[in-house]
Amino acid sequence: MSERLTHFVSQDPFDPNYDEVLEQTSSKLHMASQWTIIWWRFKRHKIAMLALCLLIPSYLSIVITEFLAPYDLHSRHTDFIFSPPQEVHFFDNGKFIGPFVYSLDMNLNMDTLTREYSENTTRPQPIRFFCSGDEYKFWGLIPANKHLICPPEGGEMFLLGTDRLGRDMASRLLYGGRVSLTVGILGITVSFVLGLFFGGLAGYLGGWVDYAIQRMIEVIRSLPELPMWLALSAALPVTWSPILVYFGITLILGLLDWPGLARAVRSKLLALREEDYCVAAQLMGAKPKRIIARHLLPNFMSHLIASATLSIPSMILAETALSFLGLGLRPPVTSWGVLLSEAQNIEAVALYPWLLLPMVPVIIIVLGFNYLGDGLRDAVDPHE
Amino acid sequence: MINYLFNRLLTMAGTLLAVSLLVFVIIQLPPGDYLTTYIAELESQGEAVAQAKIDFLRLQYGLDKSMIEQYYIWVTGLLHGDLGFSFEHNLPVADVIGDRLLLSMVLNITTIVFIYIVSFPIGIYSATHQYSWGDHGLSFLGFLGLATPNFLLALILLYFANITFGTSIGGLMAPQFIGQSWSMAKILSVLEHLWIPVVVIGTSGTAGMIRRLRANLLDELHKQYVTTGRAKGLPEGKLLRKYPLRMALNPFIADIGNLIPQVVSGSVIVSVVMSLPTTGPMLLSSLRSQDMYLAGSFLMFLASLTVVGMFISDILLGVLDPRIRHGGKAMK
Repeated sequence: MSERLTHFVSQDPFDPNYDEVLEQTSSKLHMASQWTIIWWRFKRHKIAMLALCLLIPSYLSIVITEFLAPYDLHSRHTDFIFSPPQEVHFFDNGKFIGPFVYSLDMNLNMDTLTREYSENTTRPQPIRFFCSGDEYKFWGLIPANKHLICPPEGGEMFLLGTDRLGRDMASRLLYGGRVSLTVGILGITVSFVLGLFFGGLAGYLGGWVDYAIQRMIEVIRSLPELPMWLALSAALPVTWSPILVYFGITLILGLLDWPGLARAVRSKLLALREEDYCVAAQLMGAKPKRIIARHLLPNFMSHLIASATLSIPSMILAETALSFLGLGLRPPVTSWGVLLSEAQNIEAVALYPWLLLPMVPVIIIVLGFNYLGDGLRDAVDPHE
Repeated sequence: MINYLFNRLLTMAGTLLAVSLLVFVIIQLPPGDYLTTYIAELESQGEAVAQAKIDFLRLQYGLDKSMIEQYYIWVTGLLHGDLGFSFEHNLPVADVIGDRLLLSMVLNITTIVFIYIVSFPIGIYSATHQYSWGDHGLSFLGFLGLATPNFLLALILLYFANITFGTSIGGLMAPQFIGQSWSMAKILSVLEHLWIPVVVIGTSGTAGMIRRLRANLLDELHKQYVTTGRAKGLPEGKLLRKYPLRMALNPFIADIGNLIPQVVSGSVIVSVVMSLPTTGPMLLSSLRSQDMYLAGSFLMFLASLTVVGMFISDILLGVLDPRIRHGGKAMK
């Protein structure tokens, strides 16, 4: 046994603010809200920041697609069917004349029966900017004809080639993004609401409700998603308008995705219910509604948002797959999957490989969401 | 253990029943039935349809009965191995399907084995060499594998095979074996063709598996018992094999439940792109033509694959981890 310490009482006057006196920097940290701390931690994740810097412009661009796209979604150029991507040049015969394209000469190869395009280097055609081009209705409402980039005066410009109807792939890709990017967000919203509802119900009520919801989750999770999605979208009536089909598809995507979120909500609710601050709130007489809204929800919302971000890619991929197989969205609604369905037969792909280009934005966006979700998950994890 | 087995078996039966109900509802969702589509088709071709014939078909297929009765007929048929009648092909479903179910199963099981064989060493390497160049490179490859939809991967592969070899790499066997009965040569031919779809379908699953194994193993590697073992002078390899690896393997097996639906989904779409003689292409065509019994059989088969797979993974987990079979929960 060590020797007993002598009894000690400090003679200094008691300072009730003793604990509160903090240094400038640490007081900033202590006073920061939960979301500020998450943002600080998130900023340290370089790749996630990069993903965010990529996704924000992508989503902003779909607001002004009509302005960005050089052509209208449906404008056909029957003289330029399956034209390959044109190169943008800056120097003509060693002379700098700004960005321009050479006009294309087409001749029909009678041996292979294919169209062959060659650049006509005698006629450089400068690309125009902020110019008048195809007429469109902005958001389907305001008629306008201004574009960021336009084809040269009296010529055409297909930076990513054209498809079997001579439609500009670059423009169609931009318009396709509008659908493909929103499908993921709408789908996850459906899934989020369902997951919050069922998970909350199971976690809060417990008992047989919990049991029933858990069994339901198990059944849905054991189903292979794609065949079920296929079956459900095959069930959409053919008489529906394309817009209605679009919403139908997002609903279907969300319908099979919520069990994962519901499970997370339920287990978080059960775990957090036992935390000291919850018991304290209960003892102070807080009503269940207040406890859930003020204490529980903010606590696991950040986690939910992180895991929701991680499921957006699967939604985008699912829509792409469904449309690719011809059971998803239908033309004239154009998504990246609809564009890719043109690349379904391998002969077309071998002859016109630029038809595969829509897979590039798909992969970039999916990668972006994956990294963003990873960064968010690390940022909201308090165990670091 | 017997108790646990019985319990899981009961759960599986219940799940299958619920799945069958769900599948039946889904295939009944489209307005009208195959007969109305069929009649409309006949009429559009200018053929008069005799009312007597319609009534006869309706009666024969039990389409005039209530939904519940139709479901009952369908489910009891399934239990007796009677898969129903394909309206589109005018043949019993069992004859239309042929060896597609078998080939689907071979494809899916091979893919899962492939995923395990590839992800195991890579996952261990990534975890033990955390933040090395190898780890970063493999992580990025993994992300790329997760982000590239497998049907696009199939398309890219088909494209490159086409421009480099000038041949199509679709199919599951050499053309001369299609429709032939099974022989040694046919089996070898299938094995020869199998690896491309297996790699294509398995890529995203492998990427996911590597990430999970790496995360699990990293969690274990930072625990105190590892430090203790190291302090006591255990060689690195033996230390890894004896303790953390075994702990990290638990979720590896529990994950079969996530993996199987994913692989089955992937195999459906890759089969369509590569025109493999499995369930995928026929499921798609039957859904398009509302051939309800055929679509239902395929959906039921694919769902059963995953449900039975999950049952097996549960049993394996129970064998491995006593906490689970005694009603506790495995630590994840």
